[in-house]
Amino acid sequence: MSAADLLRRSAAELADALASGETTSVELTRASLDRIADVDGAVHAFLHVDAEGALAQAAASDARRAAGAPASALDGVPIAVKDVLATEGLPTTCGSRILEGWVPPYDATVVARLRAAGLPILGKTNMDEFAMGSSTEHSAYGPTHNPWDLDRIPGGSGGGSAAAVASFEAPLALGTDTGGSIRQPGAVTGTVGVKPTYGGVSRYGLVAMANSLDQVGPVTRTVLDSALLHEVIGGHDPLDSTSIDQPLPDLVAAARLGASGDMSGVRIGVIRELGGEGYQAGVQQRFDEAVRLLVAAGAEVVEVSCPSFVHALAAYYLIMPSEASSNLARFDAMRYGLRVIPEGVENPSAEEVMRATRDAGFGDEVKRRIILGTYALSSGYYDAYYGQAQKVRTLISRDFEAAFAQADVLVSPTAPTTAFRIGEKLDDPVAMYLNDIATIPANLAGVPGLSLPAGLAPEDGLPVGFQVLAPALADERLYRVGAALESLLEKEWGGPLLDRAPALEGARR
Amino acid sequence: MSTQTADTLLSFEEALERFDPAMGLEVHVELNTVTKMFCGCSTEFGAEPNTQTCPTCLGLPGSLPVVNGKAVESAIRIGLALNCEIAEWCRFARKNYFYPDMPKNFQTSQYDEPIAFDGWTEVTLLDGEGAGETFRVEIERAHMEEDTGKSLHVGTSGRIHGADYSLVDYNRAGIPLIEIVTRPITGAREKAPAVARAYVAHLRDLLLGLGVSDVRMEQGSLRCDVNLSLAPRVSAGSTTDVPLGTRTETKNVNSLRSVERAARYEISRQAAILVEGGSVLQETRHWHEDTGITTSGREKSDAEDYRYFPEPDLVPVAPSRAWVEELRATLPEPPREHRARLQALWGFADLEMRDVVAAGAIPVIEATVAAGTTPQAARKWWLSDLARRANEQGVDLSDLPITPEQVARVQALVDEGALNDKLARQVIDGVVAGEGDPDAVVAARGLAIVSDEGALGDAVDRAIEANPDVAAKIRDGKVAAAGALIGVVMKDMRGQADAGRVRELIIEKLS
Ligand SMILES: [Zn+2]
Repeated sequence: MSAADLLRRSAAELADALASGETTSVELTRASLDRIADVDGAVHAFLHVDAEGALAQAAASDARRAAGAPASALDGVPIAVKDVLATEGLPTTCGSRILEGWVPPYDATVVARLRAAGLPILGKTNMDEFAMGSSTEHSAYGPTHNPWDLDRIPGGSGGGSAAAVASFEAPLALGTDTGGSIRQPGAVTGTVGVKPTYGGVSRYGLVAMANSLDQVGPVTRTVLDSALLHEVIGGHDPLDSTSIDQPLPDLVAAARLGASGDMSGVRIGVIRELGGEGYQAGVQQRFDEAVRLLVAAGAEVVEVSCPSFVHALAAYYLIMPSEASSNLARFDAMRYGLRVIPEGVENPSAEEVMRATRDAGFGDEVKRRIILGTYALSSGYYDAYYGQAQKVRTLISRDFEAAFAQADVLVSPTAPTTAFRIGEKLDDPVAMYLNDIATIPANLAGVPGLSLPAGLAPEDGLPVGFQVLAPALADERLYRVGAALESLLEKEWGGPLLDRAPALEGARR
Repeated sequence: MSTQTADTLLSFEEALERFDPAMGLEVHVELNTVTKMFCGCSTEFGAEPNTQTCPTCLGLPGSLPVVNGKAVESAIRIGLALNCEIAEWCRFARKNYFYPDMPKNFQTSQYDEPIAFDGWTEVTLLDGEGAGETFRVEIERAHMEEDTGKSLHVGTSGRIHGADYSLVDYNRAGIPLIEIVTRPITGAREKAPAVARAYVAHLRDLLLGLGVSDVRMEQGSLRCDVNLSLAPRVSAGSTTDVPLGTRTETKNVNSLRSVERAARYEISRQAAILVEGGSVLQETRHWHEDTGITTSGREKSDAEDYRYFPEPDLVPVAPSRAWVEELRATLPEPPREHRARLQALWGFADLEMRDVVAAGAIPVIEATVAAGTTPQAARKWWLSDLARRANEQGVDLSDLPITPEQVARVQALVDEGALNDKLARQVIDGVVAGEGDPDAVVAARGLAIVSDEGALGDAVDRAIEANPDVAAKIRDGKVAAAGALIGVVMKDMRGQADAGRVRELIIEKLS
């Protein structure tokens, strides 16, 4: 089997190939590393590649398999990890200068689970600094490029993980989603991304942006692969107090069931507030077509209204910066990370070193959010801002409850537009924030969401994302409906959408 | 600050003539849980710096807290012992401020939802005027939080200003703390400083009884902040409400005596400012044990804003009522009942018991009795010799370098006839001086009573020979004269003889 052939296979197919002895983990891992060497100069999905470590883990995996004792179904399938997750012995920068060179002494729980399941870790992927952004342009280490058009953004904050998967550098990746950072990059790169139910996957070792919103999730090319990965990383973790102490639903079975394409008996709610005005015509068109496919497959479609969603963005931009301003206080040059000695100050005090370090180590978007959050939490403003935002959050949860009384899943376009050009929205933060308008409500309410490709927008030929939302703890519904739509669409397209992405070999560095 | 200008003080008596003090006491108690508040690290005191740390208590990026259930249990028991309501549902909150000894630059604490609130307790004044008098102190709240690390400022001054560099030990970071806050204590007037001290002593005994803390003030496991303000004195019987004055917060007062002294000092200092028409600055002040004064710390203005918000990494604490009642059943009896029971058990007269209470000697006497000493003997040791020593050293009885078990051993040696009272005092001296256990001191100093009849007989013979007049009187039946000979023999034996046996020998030989 050629390396190119291996690279384009899904993780589920690779798992089968490993199980049948058709390939080895070392072969797969080497193919991924070679691909990274070939195309990452142009894509810049990775901040750090651990070739040596990945190959050693692959060799160990092959040994387990030879001994007839694979650690999991995905044992030996390589994976890329977003740089916001702590990896023992591997640099973890969160896309920030302030953590340049920091090597955590411990693994995030999800990383530990990857290791326990035998997935070789290829490296750490690029992201907006501390996950703050929707384009990966806010990485202190330079932007990631969208494999569909290298002049465009791959979404964010997890643009690196999405681009790594979309450019066939890795079959699987981990992302994190606070307001859409898994789903929106999935939408604009033509890949699949899942934000699990809040508490469904451990946050231990995830460098927090907004603790009450953050969730780790799969970034893959197929719905089934997301389900397989979700089952590896999900489930209760005593180290995370917000982790749910309940067994995961059978996600892989739901994905396999959905792949039959039969949607009869499934009620689908189209969210009136997430669509129409403000949504790119081609995005809306592909979304509507996908809904019609589901109807044709037997689904019942209703329109649902979630009136509080119009306040979601405002509430999000109070809660998220509030939590972030507190989380980021620890980066003070005292214990780890960057330390900047202020120039021209004799015997600088700890306070002066903190100030100089934070000034030099944080980018503008991070500073903007720290200032916003500090302000929103200040005495005298707390009730009007943070307190009010929490009330909006409750209203949004009630909207979801009412909507889920009418439908099993809710659907919307994942993002209002396709990938915009690098630099296009850098000077207009609010325009950038608006890109998350359809993904944020799920984070505020803690419900799970999935994005999968719905085709290419006719006007620009770029991928469009289709979002499925389910009630908390009912993540299996995402996989059932997602897998069904995926199989229906691929039948129409005659293959995966990514087959239509441009080849990257020989792309400019 | 590099220079400390001496404050002008008004005499305590004059200050009290013109002003009424109001006090609020904030006590921080380190719990004696095996592990820290939010991680599994050990809380053992005195380990090598930074050896009892992990990603969570170092605040490493990505780490998360998990609440120590034992600490919650202790917090509830403390709340119950202070007659508090226990919250049915409460949350932790982040208190945000930057300081190098705080790993996350926020302290995980509780803000407007404390685990325990609206309680009260009764304290008994210890000594001096009003000893034995009882005051009711209202408890506003008791909440859970984590301790910070400890900064060590290296340099000539030992203080943060002028230090060459600073080191931080994070072993203490994350140790569970309970902060107990009183409502303003008013109406104590000249007894206010004594009430403050008695309150802290009472809390210490109560916490010790609960077994939730080592309550060692000198190790910082119990620390007190004294908030104090003055209001113009209102005449007795006046019904006018006088608003509380501007308060100062004197930090980390680390002994019972200092609590009293710091309160007295602040009354005199603030009064001197107010009589001159000045105004008291709302600020944090530092207590100086050596000089007995407070100095200005940072100014505490309205600008200080901790930006509290609920800790999103922790779920609410919701102790079930059944559990709370279960914990209530584990409480030791309240101090007042405890005292009454002990008095009956020990057979102390009211006055004797009052002295015991005033000296804060109940726990040490209890422990000494538990180690086998009679109550009267235990009382005698702790209230005479040891109380005098504690007084001289300005420490509390329990902080003396001698344990109740050691005192009990000394008394046991007396009871066995191996020591007499005079020798026993020397043994106590030796133990306090750090020479080791009572038996070690007896051996090292050679203090045991000579029970060698031959040596004793020789000494008696020598005494009779040297004092023929006295010997003659005794032969004539004037037994009372034996005292003079006993003294001679005891001196000859350097005190190491049993005076009773000496007396017997003298009578025997002269009859
Ligand atoms: Zn720890």
